[in-house]
Amino acid sequence: MYVAIHYGREPSVINVKKLKKRFGPITAVDGVSFSAAKGDVLGFIGPNGAGKTTTMRMIACLTRPDEGTAEINGFDILNDSLKVRRSIGYLPENTPLYGEMTTLSFLRFIVDIRGIGGGDKEREIERVIDICSLGEVVHQSIETLSKGYRKRVGLAQTLIGDPAVLILDEPTDGLDPNQKRDIRSLIMNMAQNKSIIVSTHILEELEAICNRAIVINRGRIVADATPEEFRKEGGGRIDEFFETVTRGSE
Amino acid sequence: MRTSLVIMKRELQGYFSTPLAYVFLFVFLFFANFLTFRSPFFEARQADLRIFFDVLPVLFIFLVPAIGMRLWAEERKSGTIEMLFSLPVRVGEAVLGKFLAAWIFIGASLLLTFPMIVTVNYLGSPDNGVIAAGYLGAFFLSGCYLAVSLFCSSISSSQVVSFILSVMVCTVFVFADYPSVLVVLQKFASPGMIEAVENMSFVVHFESIRRGVIEFTDITFYVIFIAGWISAACVVLHGRREA
Repeated sequence: MYVAIHYGREPSVINVKKLKKRFGPITAVDGVSFSAAKGDVLGFIGPNGAGKTTTMRMIACLTRPDEGTAEINGFDILNDSLKVRRSIGYLPENTPLYGEMTTLSFLRFIVDIRGIGGGDKEREIERVIDICSLGEVVHQSIETLSKGYRKRVGLAQTLIGDPAVLILDEPTDGLDPNQKRDIRSLIMNMAQNKSIIVSTHILEELEAICNRAIVINRGRIVADATPEEFRKEGGGRIDEFFETVTRGSE
Repeated sequence: MRTSLVIMKRELQGYFSTPLAYVFLFVFLFFANFLTFRSPFFEARQADLRIFFDVLPVLFIFLVPAIGMRLWAEERKSGTIEMLFSLPVRVGEAVLGKFLAAWIFIGASLLLTFPMIVTVNYLGSPDNGVIAAGYLGAFFLSGCYLAVSLFCSSISSSQVVSFILSVMVCTVFVFADYPSVLVVLQKFASPGMIEAVENMSFVVHFESIRRGVIEFTDITFYVIFIAGWISAACVVLHGRREA
Protein backbone atom coordinates (compact mmCIF):
# COMPACT_ATOMS: atom_id res chain seq x y z
CA MET A 1 0.00 0.00 0.00
CA TYR A 2 1.28 3.42 -0.90
CA VAL A 3 0.86 5.82 2.01
CA ALA A 4 2.24 9.30 2.36
CA ILE A 5 0.23 11.25 4.85
CA HIS A 6 1.01 14.77 5.93
CA TYR A 7 -2.09 15.70 7.81
CA GLY A 8 -2.83 16.12 11.47
CA ARG A 9 -3.24 19.89 11.54
CA GLU A 10 -6.83 19.64 12.73
CA PRO A 11 -8.56 17.05 14.92
CA SER A 12 -10.25 14.31 12.90
CA VAL A 13 -13.93 14.72 12.16
CA ILE A 14 -14.15 11.37 10.41
CA ASN A 15 -12.49 8.42 12.03
CA VAL A 16 -13.03 5.13 10.25
CA LYS A 17 -11.76 2.05 12.03
CA LYS A 18 -11.34 -1.27 10.27
CA LEU A 19 -14.72 -1.35 8.57
CA LYS A 20 -15.66 -4.72 7.16
CA LYS A 21 -18.69 -5.77 5.17
CA ARG A 22 -19.52 -9.08 3.57
CA PHE A 23 -22.33 -9.83 1.12
CA GLY A 24 -22.60 -13.60 1.15
CA PRO A 25 -19.26 -15.01 0.05
CA ILE A 26 -18.00 -11.64 -1.19
CA THR A 27 -16.12 -9.32 1.12
CA ALA A 28 -17.08 -5.92 -0.23
CA VAL A 29 -15.13 -3.88 2.30
CA ASP A 30 -12.19 -5.48 4.03
CA GLY A 31 -10.77 -3.57 6.97
CA VAL A 32 -10.89 0.00 5.70
CA SER A 33 -9.45 2.61 8.09
CA PHE A 34 -8.79 6.28 7.54
CA SER A 35 -9.47 9.62 9.12
CA ALA A 36 -10.17 13.09 7.83
CA ALA A 37 -10.13 16.52 9.42
CA LYS A 38 -11.97 19.79 8.83
CA GLY A 39 -10.91 21.25 5.52
CA ASP A 40 -10.09 17.87 3.99
CA VAL A 41 -11.61 16.92 0.68
CA LEU A 42 -10.97 13.25 0.51
CA GLY A 43 -11.29 11.56 -2.87
CA PHE A 44 -12.39 7.95 -2.97
CA ILE A 45 -11.28 6.36 -6.18
CA GLY A 46 -11.25 2.82 -7.42
CA PRO A 47 -12.63 0.46 -10.04
CA ASN A 48 -16.35 -0.34 -10.14
CA GLY A 49 -17.32 -2.70 -7.33
CA ALA A 50 -14.23 -1.81 -5.32
CA GLY A 51 -16.27 -1.03 -2.21
CA LYS A 52 -16.43 2.76 -2.35
CA THR A 53 -20.21 3.07 -2.14
CA THR A 54 -20.50 0.37 0.54
CA THR A 55 -17.92 2.18 2.69
CA MET A 56 -19.77 5.46 2.26
CA ARG A 57 -23.12 3.84 3.03
CA MET A 58 -21.71 2.39 6.24
CA ILE A 59 -20.39 5.77 7.32
CA ALA A 60 -23.80 7.32 6.54
CA CYS A 61 -25.52 4.65 8.71
CA LEU A 62 -27.36 3.17 5.74
CA THR A 63 -25.89 -0.25 6.21
CA ARG A 64 -24.38 -1.85 9.26
CA PRO A 65 -20.75 -3.02 9.15
CA ASP A 66 -20.00 -6.64 10.05
CA GLU A 67 -16.89 -5.53 11.87
CA GLY A 68 -15.25 -2.27 12.79
CA THR A 69 -16.88 1.09 13.32
CA ALA A 70 -16.53 4.78 12.54
CA GLU A 71 -16.79 7.99 14.48
CA ILE A 72 -18.30 11.02 12.85
CA ASN A 73 -18.00 14.32 14.67
CA GLY A 74 -17.37 12.32 17.84
CA PHE A 75 -20.42 10.06 17.45
CA ASP A 76 -20.25 6.36 16.83
CA ILE A 77 -22.11 5.03 13.76
CA LEU A 78 -23.25 1.93 15.63
CA ASN A 79 -24.51 3.50 18.83
CA ASP A 80 -25.36 7.06 17.88
CA SER A 81 -26.84 6.67 14.42
CA LEU A 82 -29.23 9.62 14.73
CA LYS A 83 -26.53 12.02 15.93
CA VAL A 84 -24.20 10.81 13.19
CA ARG A 85 -26.89 11.45 10.60
CA ARG A 86 -27.42 14.93 12.02
CA SER A 87 -23.74 15.60 11.36
CA ILE A 88 -23.75 14.24 7.81
CA GLY A 89 -25.05 15.44 4.50
CA TYR A 90 -25.22 12.48 2.16
CA LEU A 91 -25.68 12.54 -1.60
CA PRO A 92 -26.44 9.01 -2.81
CA GLU A 93 -25.32 7.72 -6.19
CA ASN A 94 -27.64 8.80 -9.05
CA THR A 95 -29.16 11.54 -6.86
CA PRO A 96 -32.52 10.03 -5.95
CA LEU A 97 -35.04 12.81 -5.21
CA TYR A 98 -38.81 13.10 -4.88
CA GLY A 99 -39.52 14.03 -8.48
CA GLU A 100 -43.08 15.24 -7.97
CA MET A 101 -41.99 17.92 -5.49
CA THR A 102 -40.83 21.37 -6.44
CA THR A 103 -37.29 22.35 -5.50
CA LEU A 104 -38.61 24.68 -2.82
CA SER A 105 -41.04 22.22 -1.25
CA PHE A 106 -38.35 19.55 -1.27
CA LEU A 107 -35.87 21.80 0.52
CA ARG A 108 -38.59 22.81 2.99
CA PHE A 109 -39.19 19.13 3.69
CA ILE A 110 -35.50 18.56 4.45
CA VAL A 111 -35.36 21.64 6.67
CA ASP A 112 -38.38 20.33 8.61
CA ILE A 113 -36.88 16.86 8.96
CA ARG A 114 -33.67 18.37 10.26
CA GLY A 115 -35.72 20.26 12.81
CA ILE A 116 -34.81 23.79 11.77
CA GLY A 117 -37.70 25.97 12.81
CA GLY A 118 -38.92 29.53 13.08
CA GLY A 119 -37.19 32.31 11.22
CA ASP A 120 -34.12 30.17 10.62
CA LYS A 121 -36.11 27.97 8.30
CA GLU A 122 -36.53 30.40 5.42
CA ARG A 123 -33.03 31.80 6.01
CA GLU A 124 -31.53 28.33 5.72
CA ILE A 125 -33.44 27.61 2.51
CA GLU A 126 -32.33 30.92 1.03
CA ARG A 127 -28.74 30.17 2.01
CA VAL A 128 -28.59 26.81 0.21
CA ILE A 129 -30.52 28.11 -2.78
CA ASP A 130 -27.95 30.86 -3.01
CA ILE A 131 -24.93 28.56 -2.64
CA CYS A 132 -26.22 26.10 -5.21
CA SER A 133 -27.62 28.78 -7.56
CA LEU A 134 -31.10 27.27 -7.61
CA GLY A 135 -32.93 30.60 -7.73
CA GLU A 136 -34.27 30.00 -11.23
CA VAL A 137 -35.81 26.63 -10.54
CA VAL A 138 -37.30 26.95 -7.05
CA HIS A 139 -40.86 26.56 -8.29
CA GLN A 140 -40.11 23.90 -10.85
CA SER A 141 -40.87 20.26 -10.09
CA ILE A 142 -37.71 18.23 -9.67
CA GLU A 143 -38.60 15.67 -12.35
CA THR A 144 -38.53 18.40 -14.98
CA LEU A 145 -35.03 19.61 -14.05
CA SER A 146 -31.88 18.90 -16.05
CA LYS A 147 -29.34 16.47 -14.62
CA GLY A 148 -27.09 19.33 -13.57
CA TYR A 149 -29.85 21.04 -11.64
CA ARG A 150 -30.92 17.74 -10.08
CA LYS A 151 -27.39 17.25 -8.78
CA ARG A 152 -27.45 20.75 -7.40
CA VAL A 153 -30.75 20.12 -5.64
CA GLY A 154 -29.20 16.96 -4.23
CA LEU A 155 -26.20 18.95 -3.05
CA ALA A 156 -28.41 21.65 -1.58
CA GLN A 157 -30.18 18.94 0.40
CA THR A 158 -26.86 17.81 1.89
CA LEU A 159 -26.01 21.36 2.97
CA ILE A 160 -29.14 22.01 4.98
CA GLY A 161 -28.36 22.34 8.67
CA ASP A 162 -24.72 22.97 7.79
CA PRO A 163 -23.48 19.45 8.67
CA ALA A 164 -19.80 19.01 9.53
CA VAL A 165 -19.36 16.13 7.09
CA LEU A 166 -20.44 15.73 3.49
CA ILE A 167 -20.43 12.35 1.78
CA LEU A 168 -20.93 12.67 -1.94
CA ASP A 169 -21.20 9.54 -4.04
CA GLU A 170 -20.14 10.37 -7.59
CA PRO A 171 -21.48 13.91 -7.56
CA THR A 172 -20.36 14.69 -11.12
CA ASP A 173 -21.41 11.43 -12.74
CA GLY A 174 -23.34 11.88 -15.98
CA LEU A 175 -22.86 15.64 -16.21
CA ASP A 176 -21.52 17.64 -19.13
CA PRO A 177 -18.12 19.37 -18.76
CA ASN A 178 -19.62 22.72 -17.75
CA GLN A 179 -21.92 21.18 -15.19
CA LYS A 180 -18.99 19.18 -13.84
CA ARG A 181 -16.99 22.34 -13.40
CA ASP A 182 -19.90 24.01 -11.61
CA ILE A 183 -20.31 21.14 -9.16
CA ARG A 184 -16.56 20.97 -8.52
CA SER A 185 -16.33 24.65 -7.74
CA LEU A 186 -19.32 24.28 -5.46
CA ILE A 187 -17.58 21.50 -3.55
CA MET A 188 -14.39 23.52 -3.32
CA ASN A 189 -16.27 26.50 -1.96
CA MET A 190 -17.75 24.40 0.79
CA ALA A 191 -14.50 22.65 1.66
CA GLN A 192 -13.08 25.14 4.14
CA ASN A 193 -15.41 24.42 7.02
CA LYS A 194 -16.22 20.84 6.34
CA SER A 195 -14.80 17.44 5.99
CA ILE A 196 -15.84 16.03 2.62
CA ILE A 197 -15.62 12.56 1.12
CA VAL A 198 -16.16 12.40 -2.63
CA SER A 199 -16.17 9.20 -4.64
CA THR A 200 -15.29 9.43 -8.29
CA HIS A 201 -14.10 7.54 -11.35
CA ILE A 202 -12.44 10.56 -12.83
CA LEU A 203 -8.76 10.93 -12.10
CA GLU A 204 -8.59 14.60 -13.06
CA GLU A 205 -11.30 15.29 -10.56
CA LEU A 206 -8.99 14.14 -7.80
CA GLU A 207 -6.47 16.76 -8.71
CA ALA A 208 -9.10 19.40 -9.24
CA ILE A 209 -10.85 19.19 -5.89
CA CYS A 210 -9.19 16.77 -3.46
CA ASN A 211 -6.33 17.48 -1.13
CA ARG A 212 -6.06 13.80 -0.43
CA ALA A 213 -6.97 10.62 -2.27
CA ILE A 214 -7.64 7.08 -1.20
CA VAL A 215 -7.53 4.31 -3.77
CA ILE A 216 -9.75 1.38 -2.94
CA ASN A 217 -9.51 -1.92 -4.72
CA ARG A 218 -11.35 -5.11 -3.81
CA GLY A 219 -12.47 -3.63 -0.52
CA ARG A 220 -9.02 -2.59 0.65
CA ILE A 221 -7.17 0.70 0.67
CA VAL A 222 -4.25 0.33 -1.69
CA ALA A 223 -3.00 3.91 -1.66
CA ASP A 224 -3.52 6.97 0.51
CA ALA A 225 -1.73 10.20 -0.39
CA THR A 226 -2.17 13.55 -2.11
CA PRO A 227 -2.99 13.61 -5.84
CA GLU A 228 0.38 15.32 -6.52
CA GLU A 229 2.19 12.46 -4.89
CA PHE A 230 0.19 10.04 -7.00
CA ARG A 231 1.32 11.89 -10.09
CA LYS A 232 4.92 11.86 -8.94
CA GLU A 233 4.77 8.16 -8.26
CA GLY A 234 3.27 7.51 -11.68
CA GLY A 235 6.12 9.34 -13.35
CA GLY A 236 4.03 12.40 -14.10
CA ARG A 237 0.91 10.43 -15.02
CA ILE A 238 -1.75 9.90 -12.44
CA ASP A 239 -3.48 7.20 -14.52
CA GLU A 240 -0.26 5.19 -14.59
CA PHE A 241 -0.17 5.25 -10.84
CA PHE A 242 -3.82 4.27 -10.61
CA GLU A 243 -3.27 1.32 -12.92
CA THR A 244 -0.21 0.15 -11.01
CA VAL A 245 -1.92 0.14 -7.62
CA THR A 246 -5.23 -1.33 -8.76
CA ARG A 247 -3.83 -3.93 -11.18
CA GLY A 248 -0.85 -4.62 -8.96
CA SER A 249 -3.01 -5.70 -6.06
CA GLU A 250 -5.07 -8.11 -8.16
CA MET B 1 -43.58 12.24 16.40
CA ARG B 2 -42.65 15.59 14.89
CA THR B 3 -40.68 13.80 12.18
CA SER B 4 -43.65 11.50 11.51
CA LEU B 5 -45.86 14.53 10.98
CA VAL B 6 -43.33 16.09 8.58
CA ILE B 7 -43.25 12.87 6.56
CA MET B 8 -47.02 12.60 6.70
CA LYS B 9 -47.40 16.11 5.32
CA ARG B 10 -44.99 15.42 2.48
CA GLU B 11 -46.77 12.19 1.58
CA LEU B 12 -50.18 13.85 1.57
CA GLN B 13 -48.89 16.62 -0.68
CA GLY B 14 -47.40 13.91 -2.88
CA TYR B 15 -50.81 12.30 -3.41
CA PHE B 16 -52.28 15.48 -4.77
CA SER B 17 -49.34 16.52 -6.93
CA THR B 18 -49.69 13.32 -8.96
CA PRO B 19 -52.81 11.90 -10.63
CA LEU B 20 -52.89 9.13 -8.00
CA ALA B 21 -55.25 10.85 -5.58
CA TYR B 22 -57.70 11.95 -8.26
CA VAL B 23 -57.77 8.58 -10.01
CA PHE B 24 -58.28 6.82 -6.69
CA LEU B 25 -61.04 9.16 -5.61
CA PHE B 26 -62.81 8.81 -8.94
CA VAL B 27 -62.63 5.01 -8.99
CA PHE B 28 -63.52 4.65 -5.31
CA LEU B 29 -66.48 7.01 -5.42
CA PHE B 30 -67.72 5.58 -8.71
CA PHE B 31 -67.69 1.98 -7.50
CA ALA B 32 -68.95 2.82 -4.02
CA ASN B 33 -71.97 4.57 -5.49
CA PHE B 34 -72.47 2.19 -8.39
CA LEU B 35 -72.38 -0.95 -6.24
CA THR B 36 -74.59 0.61 -3.58
CA PHE B 37 -77.31 1.94 -5.84
CA ARG B 38 -77.17 -0.97 -8.29
CA SER B 39 -78.24 -3.33 -5.52
CA PRO B 40 -81.90 -3.28 -4.55
CA PHE B 41 -81.30 -0.05 -2.67
CA PHE B 42 -84.58 1.64 -3.54
CA GLU B 43 -86.60 -1.56 -3.62
CA ALA B 44 -85.53 -2.31 -0.04
CA ARG B 45 -87.38 0.83 1.02
CA GLN B 46 -85.10 1.27 4.00
CA ALA B 47 -83.34 4.55 4.71
CA ASP B 48 -79.96 3.21 5.75
CA LEU B 49 -76.51 2.55 4.31
CA ARG B 50 -76.51 -1.19 4.94
CA ILE B 51 -75.74 -2.00 1.31
CA PHE B 52 -72.88 0.50 1.16
CA PHE B 53 -71.25 -1.04 4.22
CA ASP B 54 -71.79 -4.53 2.71
CA VAL B 55 -69.92 -3.49 -0.39
CA LEU B 56 -66.99 -1.78 1.35
CA PRO B 57 -65.00 -4.82 2.57
CA VAL B 58 -64.79 -6.21 -0.97
CA LEU B 59 -64.15 -2.84 -2.57
CA PHE B 60 -61.29 -2.18 -0.14
CA ILE B 61 -59.58 -5.45 -1.16
CA PHE B 62 -58.60 -3.87 -4.45
CA LEU B 63 -58.54 -0.19 -3.71
CA VAL B 64 -56.61 0.08 -0.45
CA PRO B 65 -53.63 -1.96 -1.74
CA ALA B 66 -53.58 0.43 -4.71
CA ILE B 67 -52.74 3.20 -2.25
CA GLY B 68 -50.55 1.07 0.01
CA MET B 69 -48.46 -0.66 -2.64
CA ARG B 70 -46.33 2.35 -3.40
CA LEU B 71 -45.58 3.41 0.17
CA TRP B 72 -42.17 1.71 0.37
CA ALA B 73 -41.84 -0.10 -2.94
CA GLU B 74 -41.62 3.21 -4.77
CA GLU B 75 -39.01 4.61 -2.39
CA ARG B 76 -36.95 1.49 -2.82
CA LYS B 77 -37.25 1.46 -6.60
CA SER B 78 -36.34 5.11 -7.04
CA GLY B 79 -33.62 4.99 -4.38
CA THR B 80 -35.11 7.86 -2.37
CA ILE B 81 -35.14 5.50 0.62
CA GLU B 82 -31.34 5.98 0.73
CA MET B 83 -31.74 9.71 0.93
CA LEU B 84 -34.56 9.48 3.45
CA PHE B 85 -32.67 7.24 5.86
CA SER B 86 -29.47 9.24 5.55
CA LEU B 87 -31.47 12.02 7.25
CA PRO B 88 -31.98 11.91 11.03
CA VAL B 89 -35.15 9.82 10.75
CA ARG B 90 -36.02 6.68 12.73
CA VAL B 91 -37.52 3.81 10.77
CA GLY B 92 -40.61 3.79 12.99
CA GLU B 93 -41.18 7.52 12.47
CA ALA B 94 -41.03 7.15 8.71
CA VAL B 95 -43.34 4.13 8.67
CA LEU B 96 -45.87 5.83 10.94
CA GLY B 97 -45.78 9.04 8.89
CA LYS B 98 -46.47 7.19 5.67
CA PHE B 99 -49.19 5.06 7.22
CA LEU B 100 -50.98 8.07 8.71
CA ALA B 101 -50.86 9.96 5.42
CA ALA B 102 -52.41 7.08 3.51
CA TRP B 103 -54.98 6.45 6.24
CA ILE B 104 -56.04 10.08 6.36
CA PHE B 105 -56.35 10.07 2.60
CA ILE B 106 -58.58 6.98 2.65
CA GLY B 107 -60.56 8.53 5.52
CA ALA B 108 -61.11 11.64 3.42
CA SER B 109 -62.28 9.46 0.51
CA LEU B 110 -64.79 7.84 2.84
CA LEU B 111 -66.07 11.25 3.91
CA LEU B 112 -66.56 12.14 0.27
CA THR B 113 -69.30 9.52 0.08
CA PHE B 114 -71.42 11.99 2.12
CA PRO B 115 -73.97 12.44 -0.69
CA MET B 116 -75.20 8.96 0.24
CA ILE B 117 -75.94 10.17 3.77
CA VAL B 118 -77.73 13.16 2.30
CA THR B 119 -79.70 10.84 0.01
CA VAL B 120 -80.92 8.51 2.75
CA ASN B 121 -81.77 11.47 4.96
CA TYR B 122 -83.75 12.99 2.13
CA LEU B 123 -85.58 9.75 1.41
CA GLY B 124 -86.41 8.84 4.97
CA SER B 125 -85.28 9.25 8.55
CA PRO B 126 -82.32 6.94 9.11
CA ASP B 127 -80.55 6.47 12.42
CA ASN B 128 -77.59 8.77 11.82
CA GLY B 129 -75.84 7.42 14.90
CA VAL B 130 -75.71 4.00 13.29
CA ILE B 131 -74.39 5.56 10.08
CA ALA B 132 -71.67 7.40 12.01
CA ALA B 133 -70.67 4.16 13.73
CA GLY B 134 -70.57 2.50 10.33
CA TYR B 135 -68.17 5.13 9.05
CA LEU B 136 -65.98 4.76 12.12
CA GLY B 137 -65.88 1.00 11.58
CA ALA B 138 -65.13 1.50 7.89
CA PHE B 139 -62.22 3.80 8.78
CA PHE B 140 -60.69 1.20 11.11
CA LEU B 141 -61.40 -1.50 8.55
CA SER B 142 -59.49 0.45 5.90
CA GLY B 143 -56.62 0.84 8.39
CA CYS B 144 -56.30 -2.95 8.55
CA TYR B 145 -56.08 -3.30 4.77
CA LEU B 146 -53.62 -0.44 4.68
CA ALA B 147 -51.38 -1.91 7.38
CA VAL B 148 -51.23 -5.18 5.42
CA SER B 149 -50.40 -3.27 2.22
CA LEU B 150 -47.76 -1.22 4.00
CA PHE B 151 -46.07 -4.41 5.13
CA CYS B 152 -46.27 -6.00 1.67
CA SER B 153 -44.83 -2.81 0.21
CA SER B 154 -41.89 -2.95 2.59
CA ILE B 155 -40.82 -6.42 1.50
CA SER B 156 -40.68 -5.78 -2.23
CA SER B 157 -39.32 -3.09 -4.49
CA SER B 158 -41.94 -3.94 -7.10
CA GLN B 159 -45.27 -2.22 -6.72
CA VAL B 160 -47.02 -4.97 -8.70
CA VAL B 161 -45.70 -7.70 -6.42
CA SER B 162 -46.64 -5.70 -3.38
CA PHE B 163 -50.16 -5.07 -4.78
CA ILE B 164 -50.80 -8.74 -5.55
CA LEU B 165 -49.48 -9.85 -2.19
CA SER B 166 -51.63 -7.34 -0.32
CA VAL B 167 -54.75 -8.32 -2.26
CA MET B 168 -54.11 -11.97 -1.44
CA VAL B 169 -53.50 -11.40 2.27
CA CYS B 170 -56.47 -9.03 2.60
CA THR B 171 -58.71 -11.55 0.81
CA VAL B 172 -57.76 -14.18 3.36
CA PHE B 173 -58.67 -11.86 6.23
CA VAL B 174 -61.93 -10.76 4.62
CA PHE B 175 -63.20 -14.23 3.83
CA ALA B 176 -61.90 -15.96 6.97
CA ASP B 177 -65.41 -16.11 8.45
CA TYR B 178 -67.17 -17.31 5.30
CA PRO B 179 -69.12 -20.55 5.76
CA SER B 180 -67.27 -22.17 2.85
CA VAL B 181 -63.94 -21.53 4.58
CA LEU B 182 -65.21 -22.72 7.95
CA VAL B 183 -66.67 -25.92 6.44
CA VAL B 184 -63.23 -26.84 5.12
CA LEU B 185 -61.65 -26.03 8.47
CA GLN B 186 -64.18 -28.19 10.34
CA LYS B 187 -62.68 -31.28 8.70
CA PHE B 188 -59.45 -31.04 10.64
CA ALA B 189 -59.44 -28.09 13.03
CA SER B 190 -60.63 -27.99 16.63
CA PRO B 191 -63.62 -25.77 17.45
CA GLY B 192 -61.34 -23.34 19.26
CA MET B 193 -59.18 -22.96 16.21
CA ILE B 194 -62.17 -22.43 13.97
CA GLU B 195 -63.39 -19.70 16.27
CA ALA B 196 -59.94 -18.12 16.26
CA VAL B 197 -59.86 -18.08 12.45
CA GLU B 198 -63.38 -16.70 12.32
CA ASN B 199 -62.43 -13.93 14.71
CA MET B 200 -59.46 -12.95 12.59
CA SER B 201 -61.83 -11.82 9.88
CA PHE B 202 -62.01 -8.07 9.30
CA VAL B 203 -65.70 -8.40 8.51
CA VAL B 204 -66.73 -10.12 11.76
CA HIS B 205 -65.49 -7.12 13.73
CA PHE B 206 -67.07 -4.71 11.27
CA GLU B 207 -70.49 -6.36 11.60
CA SER B 208 -71.38 -5.12 15.06
CA ILE B 209 -69.85 -1.66 14.64
CA ARG B 210 -71.88 -1.00 11.51
CA ARG B 211 -75.02 -1.97 13.39
CA GLY B 212 -74.20 0.81 15.82
CA VAL B 213 -72.65 -1.30 18.56
CA ILE B 214 -69.14 -0.03 19.18
CA GLU B 215 -67.52 -2.73 21.25
CA PHE B 216 -64.22 -2.47 22.98
CA THR B 217 -63.10 -5.88 21.67
CA ASP B 218 -63.68 -4.92 18.04
CA ILE B 219 -61.77 -1.66 18.30
CA THR B 220 -59.00 -3.45 20.21
CA PHE B 221 -58.80 -6.04 17.45
CA TYR B 222 -58.36 -3.32 14.84
CA VAL B 223 -55.78 -1.40 16.86
CA ILE B 224 -53.70 -4.51 17.60
CA PHE B 225 -53.98 -5.74 14.03
CA ILE B 226 -52.84 -2.40 12.60
CA ALA B 227 -50.05 -1.99 15.15
CA GLY B 228 -48.86 -5.54 14.47
CA TRP B 229 -48.51 -5.13 10.72
CA ILE B 230 -46.92 -1.70 11.08
CA SER B 231 -44.38 -3.15 13.51
CA ALA B 232 -43.68 -5.98 11.09
CA ALA B 233 -42.96 -3.42 8.37
CA CYS B 234 -40.59 -1.62 10.76
CA VAL B 235 -38.76 -4.87 11.45
CA VAL B 236 -38.39 -5.57 7.72
CA LEU B 237 -37.07 -2.08 6.95
CA HIS B 238 -34.77 -2.13 9.95
CA GLY B 239 -33.48 -5.53 8.89
CA ARG B 240 -32.65 -4.21 5.45
CA ARG B 241 -30.46 -1.54 6.99
CA GLU B 242 -28.76 -4.01 9.24
CA ALA B 243 -28.11 -6.39 6.35
